[in-house]
Amino acid sequence: MADTGLTIDEAISDRVREAEHPRSHCVRFDVSDPLKLDANVNLVPFQIAYQTYGTLNAERSNAVLICHALTGDQHVANRHPVTGKSGWWETMVGPGRPIDTGRYFVICANVVGACMGTTGPASINPATDRPWGLEFPVVTIRDIVRAQAKLLDYLGIDSLFAVAGGSMGGMQVLQWAASYPERVFAALPIACATRHSAQNIAFHEVGRQAVMADPEWRQGRYLIEGTTPRRGLAVARMGAHITYLSDAALHRKFGRKFQDRDNPTFSFDADFEVESYLRHQGISFVERFDANSYLYLTRAMDYFDLAADYGGVLANAFKGTPARFCVVSFTSDWLFPTSDSRAIVHALNAGGARVSFAEIVTDKGHDAFLLEEPELIAIVRGFLDSAAKARGLGPLRS
Amino acid sequence: MLMRRTLDPTMAGSARTPGGSRVDHLVVAAMVEPGSRVLDVGCGDGELLKLLETRGVDGRGIELSREGVNDSVAKGLAVIQGDADTDMAAYPDDAFDFVILSQTLQATRHPRVVLEHMLRIGRHAIVSFPNFGHWRIRLALSFTGQMPRTDNLPESWYDTPNIHFCTIKDFRMLCNMIGVRMERAVALNAWGKPLRLNAPWWFWNLFGEQAVFLLSRDR
Repeated sequence: MADTGLTIDEAISDRVREAEHPRSHCVRFDVSDPLKLDANVNLVPFQIAYQTYGTLNAERSNAVLICHALTGDQHVANRHPVTGKSGWWETMVGPGRPIDTGRYFVICANVVGACMGTTGPASINPATDRPWGLEFPVVTIRDIVRAQAKLLDYLGIDSLFAVAGGSMGGMQVLQWAASYPERVFAALPIACATRHSAQNIAFHEVGRQAVMADPEWRQGRYLIEGTTPRRGLAVARMGAHITYLSDAALHRKFGRKFQDRDNPTFSFDADFEVESYLRHQGISFVERFDANSYLYLTRAMDYFDLAADYGGVLANAFKGTPARFCVVSFTSDWLFPTSDSRAIVHALNAGGARVSFAEIVTDKGHDAFLLEEPELIAIVRGFLDSAAKARGLGPLRS
Repeated sequence: MLMRRTLDPTMAGSARTPGGSRVDHLVVAAMVEPGSRVLDVGCGDGELLKLLETRGVDGRGIELSREGVNDSVAKGLAVIQGDADTDMAAYPDDAFDFVILSQTLQATRHPRVVLEHMLRIGRHAIVSFPNFGHWRIRLALSFTGQMPRTDNLPESWYDTPNIHFCTIKDFRMLCNMIGVRMERAVALNAWGKPLRLNAPWWFWNLFGEQAVFLLSRDR
C-alpha cells in the first residue's frame, strides 16, 4: 500500500512509533514550561515535531511558518517518512517556488493533537505511561497557535516574515494575526473562514461518529488494547474526502465509469470507479493517521470562532493590525465558500489592514489549495515578493 | 462593470504620454498628495495604483473582474475582488485620504450612493468620467437618432456596462445637490490635452471628452 514497501499493518505500527519518536526535529518542553490550554489545563511535558527548510538570515527576518491542514503534517516539502510520498505542498514550497526555500527559512510544525510527533492522543501520557487516548485534553486552534509560538521562542524568532496555510492551516494563520499581530509581517489565509459553519460541524460529527461506531475503537483505548479502528476512520475519511472535491471535479474524474468491468455486478462491490477511489482514499488514510487525533482536530476546527473571542465583532480581532494579508478562495469550494473569505476581507478592511483578496476559478473544490493552480501560484508569489521588498529581504539568492 | 480601465477596450484608445502613462492617470495622480492613503475603486489591472506607488502612496484597490484582481495581486498590489456598489460599506469612516473612481462612475448601479461612500471613507474623492455632453456625442444623437458610439465608448446600448452616463454639467449638479465641494476640475479634449482653465463650464461641457474632479466634504 505505502510507497515504502511496508504492509498496512507495518505502516500503522511505523506511524504509531512516529507519535513518540518522530523522524523530524523535535523540541521537548518539560514541567517548568507548560502549554496552557483553553480547556484550562496545563499540558506537561509536551513536544513539538517540526521540519525546516532553507536558512535563517542574520537578522532573523526571513522565517515563514507554514500551518498544515486537518490531516496534514510537518512534512511540507520532503519525502514523508511513513507514506514515502512527496511533501504535501511542494507546489508552493521549495527552491524557486513562491515560498522559496532559497530565500526564506521555512518552518512547519505538527499541530498539538496530531500524531506525527507533536504531543497528541497517540502520545504517551507520562502519568500512566500509556497512550493518552481520550484522557488527552480537548485542544483549540488557539492552543495550536500558542504551541507554535513557543516553538518560535525556542528557535529565537521574534517576528515571522509570513504565516501561510489553507483550510485548518488558514484558521491558524488568522489566529496568529489576531493573537500575535506584532509577530506577523504577512499573512496568507487560503480557503478558510473565521468560524466553522454548522454544515462543516455536521460533516465532522458524521466522521467522528463513524470512528466511534467501529468496535475496534474501544472507547478510544485501541492503542492500549492493540486494535485499530480502521473501518471507522476509513469511512470518516471517505465522507470528508467528498467535501474536499466538487460535483464537477468528481464528474470530470470519474463520471459513471465502471471499475475494471463493463457491466454492473448486481452486488455491493465497488462497481464504480468513484467507489473504488474513495475506498482507496479511506484505507490509505488509516496507515498515516490516528483515529483519536482525527476526533481531536476536527473538534478544534468546530470550536473555532474568532469573532466570539472579540465580543462578537470580527473587525476587533484585526483592529490596527500591522500585518498585510492575502486572502484566497476558490469558486468550487463548498466547505469554505468565497462568502467566508469575503467576511474575512470585510473585517480586515474595517480594521484598516492592508489586504489583497482573490477568488480563483476552478472546479477542483476545497483541495485546490494543495494542487498545481497556476493563478494561486502567481498570486502567492506576487504577494510574497512585494512583502519581501517591503521587509527589505533583498533579491533572490542565486 | 468596474473592469473598464484596461480589460475593456473602451479605454484602450485613451491618450498616453510618450512614457506610456495614461494622460487621465497622470491628471489623477497629480491631485494625490505624496505619502497619502489611497483607495482606487474599480482599479482594473492596477495600472494607476502602480503609478501611485512609485510616488510613495499607500494604495489599495477594489476591482470587480477576477482577471483584473488576480493580475493586480500577482503584481504585489493590495487589491480585493469586490463591487463598488456593495463592498464600500465595509470600510470605516475616514479610512483614506483619497478615494479614486477612475472611469467607473458611469458603470455603477447607484452613482450617488457610491459618491457618498467615497466621501465618507475618504477625506477627498477623485472622480474621472467620460463627458456625454461633448459636441460629437450631441451631434451623433441629433443626426443619427441613435445612441452615440465613439472610439472610447464603442459598445451598443444593449451590451455596454455603462448604465449611468452623465455630462460635466450633470455631475456638477449632483455635487451641489449632495453638498460636495469641488476643489479642482480638469477637462481633457479628445487628444488628452487639458482645456483652458479659465474657460467657462459650458465650454468644458461642449469640448471636454473626459473630466477629472477633485472633491471634498462641504463641512
